[in-house]
Amino acid sequence: MVYISYIITMSQPTVPTLDFEKELIELEARIDQIRKLAKENGVDVSEQLAELEARATDLRRDFFANLTPPQVLQLARNPKRPSTLDYIQVLCDDWTELHGDRLFGDDLALVGGLARLGDHPVVILGHQKGRDTKDNIARNFGMPQPEGYRKALRLMEHANHFGFPIIALIDTPGANAGLEAEERGQGEAIARNLQRMFAFDVPIICAVIGEGGSGGALAIGVGDRVLMLEYAVYSVVAPDSCSVILWRDKKHIEQAASALKITARDLKQLGIIDEIVPEPAGGAHCEPQTAAASLKNALIRNLEELLKLSGTERREQRYKKFRAMAAFNG
Amino acid sequence: MTLLEWFKDRRKNASMSKEQRHREIADGLWTKCAECGALHYTKDFQRYLLVCPACSFHEKVSAPERIAQLVDPDSWIPTDDHLLANDPLSFVDVKSYKDRLSQARAKTGMNDAILTGLGTLEGQPLALGVMDFRFLGGSMGSVVGERITRLVERATAERRPVILVCASGGARMQEGMLSLMQMARTSAALQYHREAHQLFISVLSNPTTGGVTASFAMLGDLIFAEPKATIAFAGRRVIEQTLRQKLPEGFQTSEFLLKHGFVDRIVEREQLRPTLSRVLRLHRPVGVPSPLSPATRL
Ligand SMILES: [Zn+2]
Repeated sequence: MVYISYIITMSQPTVPTLDFEKELIELEARIDQIRKLAKENGVDVSEQLAELEARATDLRRDFFANLTPPQVLQLARNPKRPSTLDYIQVLCDDWTELHGDRLFGDDLALVGGLARLGDHPVVILGHQKGRDTKDNIARNFGMPQPEGYRKALRLMEHANHFGFPIIALIDTPGANAGLEAEERGQGEAIARNLQRMFAFDVPIICAVIGEGGSGGALAIGVGDRVLMLEYAVYSVVAPDSCSVILWRDKKHIEQAASALKITARDLKQLGIIDEIVPEPAGGAHCEPQTAAASLKNALIRNLEELLKLSGTERREQRYKKFRAMAAFNG
Repeated sequence: MTLLEWFKDRRKNASMSKEQRHREIADGLWTKCAECGALHYTKDFQRYLLVCPACSFHEKVSAPERIAQLVDPDSWIPTDDHLLANDPLSFVDVKSYKDRLSQARAKTGMNDAILTGLGTLEGQPLALGVMDFRFLGGSMGSVVGERITRLVERATAERRPVILVCASGGARMQEGMLSLMQMARTSAALQYHREAHQLFISVLSNPTTGGVTASFAMLGDLIFAEPKATIAFAGRRVIEQTLRQKLPEGFQTSEFLLKHGFVDRIVEREQLRPTLSRVLRLHRPVGVPSPLSPATRL
């Protein structure tokens, strides 16, 4: 399946605008209208226009600086957001996709391969959501089967064996709820990845680029550094499921999204992630080139820091970092 | 229990009046099998390790009972029992997490959903962790993760085998991402245990699901399961809703996992202690009595 990054083609999938973005779009439409009217009537309104545009920029910035967790969740799930393959093709050179887990099959919901990031050959992998309905069916909406996690493990073992750093991009609603996933031991597959990721001595950098859904996300989420895009989310349970389980109805998604602390800012505070990667105002999909540059910058900077350490030091620090992720008295 | 004894039991049950029976069940004098409905004198039922003599249904076992069933009398030394969950997110749904915790503590007399400690099994030293489903569905939060991590680290240092008896509904949502991270932390500790060539046996009891299945439960060098236990990652109801179809009989049971190659053996509760003992002994090099020095040997 050939996939060409939409960041390169600049042809975004068209989807309805999010509710809370409408206000801003109205303001921008007004600015456009004034510009058009001024042009038609030959009136110079450039000063006023500049003022209006500055106000729009301020509004946009303020608006996106104060998003509520449910709004961030909407952004993170926005189908317009760049996906793993969109990013890989812009971040890396010499991208060479590799397939299959050598045990059962090839899972298109988890992609990976060899590439060059800056000067460094790496193994890069990640969850892959579909771009449209047909693609989403082929990629199971970015929810891997056990063979997806095992393919990731095989690629990571390859990286560790040949000394390539591992870059893992996280973007999944979560593990796959299905008969076959249970038959083929999805619990075992996730568990094995968690354990083995503590055995590798090459650098591991993970970045949550969209949706970090529970165990399916964590299965490639054990990193020396865990980065998170500004409007991505990372959660132990989808707020939708949390609402059903704890409130026993579907109406409490917003409360669940807030209570679970799923935003980059909250998770930085809790010590779950190491760094927030800034996104352009409006979200990565508004200026995908800028978002990709921001991510590339963060990945290379962290990688070069990690490459200064020995393998043993990296493993020790990785263990210590996760060792501290608990809250209790006594 | 012999067949004759069983018939005597049945006669006893039959001769009781309905009201009397209800009262005595409420008093805890009698226990009703959750599977077949047979009534058992509670003291007998405990002697059968909470396995129904009529239908061999394995009832859930509390952590203190399980420890008593497995370790040598007077050998048990609890570890890290003072750790208390502290509600890092100030989580409130229909009830506050703080209230849920205090109710669970009152109900079980335990501080969290696990007991950990050191002991011996037929004289062989081990590190044992036992989960308790009564405490918030055996969910794994920071305290469960921390106690397991510390137990495994200690066992690695002292060269003891680790046995974890699982019983869990999964991650403890009220601790958010911190609960998810317990999957990583426990797996990390087990990686180092493994590198030290120390044994880890995972025992799956009813139910073992969610984040526990996707971490230490499935990482045993050896994995034993009790008969007919529910063992799953995704919940049955969630799968049924997603697929919009009924799932086959016996889906996500111990027997299903055995068939698909994910557990080593199904072990009846009566056989659990002797089986563990035999396997521990087989892993000990011949002629080496114990890796522990006399001072630390329990
Ligand atoms: Zn029964």
